[in-house]
Amino acid sequence: MAENVSDTPSMNETPTEREPRTVSDIPTVVCDRVDIVYRVNGTGAGRGSATAALNRMLRRKNAEKAAGTRTVHAVKNVSFVAYKGEAIGLIGTNGSGKSTLLKAVAGLLPVENGAIYTDGQPSLLGVNAALMGDLTGEKNVYLGGLAMGMSREEIKERYQDIVDFSGINEKGDFITLPMRTYSSGMGARLRFSIAAAKDHDVLLIDEALATGDASFRMRSEERIRELRQHAGTVFLVSHNNKSIRDTCERVLWLERGVLRMDGPTEDVLAEYEAFTGDKSDKTKAKPKPKPKVAQPS
Amino acid sequence: MTQVLHTPPPAPVTAEDDLAALAARHGLSVSGARPSLPAYVGQLWARRHFITAFATAKLTAQYAQAKLGQVWQIMTPLLNATVYYFIFGVLLDTKRNVPDYIPFLVTGVFIWTFTSSSIMTGTRAIAGNLGLVRALHFPRAALPISFCLQQLQQLLFSMAALAVILLCFGVPVAASWLLAIPVLILQFMFNTGMSLIMARWGAKTPDISQLMPFVLRTWMYISGVMWSIDKLTGKHKGLPDWVAPVLKDNPAAVYIDLMRYALIDSFHGSQLPPHVWIVATGWALVVGVGGFIYFWKAEETYGRG
Repeated sequence: MAENVSDTPSMNETPTEREPRTVSDIPTVVCDRVDIVYRVNGTGAGRGSATAALNRMLRRKNAEKAAGTRTVHAVKNVSFVAYKGEAIGLIGTNGSGKSTLLKAVAGLLPVENGAIYTDGQPSLLGVNAALMGDLTGEKNVYLGGLAMGMSREEIKERYQDIVDFSGINEKGDFITLPMRTYSSGMGARLRFSIAAAKDHDVLLIDEALATGDASFRMRSEERIRELRQHAGTVFLVSHNNKSIRDTCERVLWLERGVLRMDGPTEDVLAEYEAFTGDKSDKTKAKPKPKPKVAQPS
Repeated sequence: MTQVLHTPPPAPVTAEDDLAALAARHGLSVSGARPSLPAYVGQLWARRHFITAFATAKLTAQYAQAKLGQVWQIMTPLLNATVYYFIFGVLLDTKRNVPDYIPFLVTGVFIWTFTSSSIMTGTRAIAGNLGLVRALHFPRAALPISFCLQQLQQLLFSMAALAVILLCFGVPVAASWLLAIPVLILQFMFNTGMSLIMARWGAKTPDISQLMPFVLRTWMYISGVMWSIDKLTGKHKGLPDWVAPVLKDNPAAVYIDLMRYALIDSFHGSQLPPHVWIVATGWALVVGVGGFIYFWKAEETYGRG
């Protein structure tokens, strides 16, 4: 089965030869032979021990080696072109470089080789880090919105929508309570609602749909479809094949940092499901040495 | 990752020129490149509401879990001043040489705390907020500036407490109190510049934040926070001539003494070093502007690797 995966015709198409689709022909993200390499400091033996640290300091020459700087080649030679109006799913087993690629598209990670060109500033859907648990949900809506670059007026305008969408106030006046008092599901819903409130040119979503209950998930998917119409391009990383099917019409399959397949959702997911389904057989049939370094997740 | 993979499919045969040309044709730009300095300033200005909101949010979140809440904004600096009064005023009897010792000491402690905590939080501004830096796009200088703004807000609380202390100890209200405003503006510029420099260092070498408390404590003791530098250098006859001017022209001492001059009537202009306003403005401009440019130079590297 795997043999015909590597011969997938879509892999050999140039972007310009791609069959006409409902989306426009205006590219929004161009990934040109991108390599991403992580440098991880201090993986050498005994970073924690004082003698090891002293040893490193004394032997300055070998510091790099002794400090155990290791490189992790997380994304290898990936090229693709995303067009305006597309929703693209990124799939692959854990640690295959999906999130890394997304961060690089957002301009938050440097590329080792190649280049990523984007139309405007792609935004990673996620404001978690800007929010503060000690502040009320209300203040966090403002803080998160400002952190994403919205103006105060814009936030004021959308405030009610954000709160309604999150459903935080369905069970009482929770929006005026500090966020640390929220349940994890409520917090995740508010975070998604804040993040999704802004219209983005290129929107990158990392597993965001895994949060909340069934009804919230449906609303989220609905919102992502909306964002797509406003915005342009949406990238979605998910392990949930159903939410990929529901929202994306094109899928990139990354495996060990290599773009293994790029094509319509159904084709790629069919191969992917077959791949993840029978992997135990293949392990027995064709054992391979383990990779030297672990891929980051 | 234990499953076995087959050899990866060959890379797409598109020539590099094709994709780069396609990108150029549609006016796409390279993701994550450092903007020019004017563009950077523009971006920062566009995020000014975020900078102030983040500073205020940090400030209020700081004491949100405490029972007394925001009362600590004033309590913390007052307790600090009390401790220093007990040690330096009472135990070491520094107060004998200095008129209006309590206003002198409290002004010194508050103004010094503004600089030292700006530098301390600046050191952790990037390193301690990697989550934010890696998740969202904004000019990174927003973080150190925001933290300095938070310290400025904190200082304004302290200044309110200071005004009460001054009145309690019989220091008269004077027109010179207005000089506190330019002093604070200059000091804020200096602090922000320092904080930006430290933020870049701290982002590269997080260990610096372990070292800073010692550096700052040394700096505090030589800046005349608890005693008058004049009295100290006057006591030691053997000191070389350059020591006193160097101590008095160091930025922390300059801002502290200027604030004392503005607020305390018994602190005379003769106790200030010559050309003190020029020195104060010089420190603010050189460190403020220089620090900003220094920080911007590494803009694209923050939060990476």
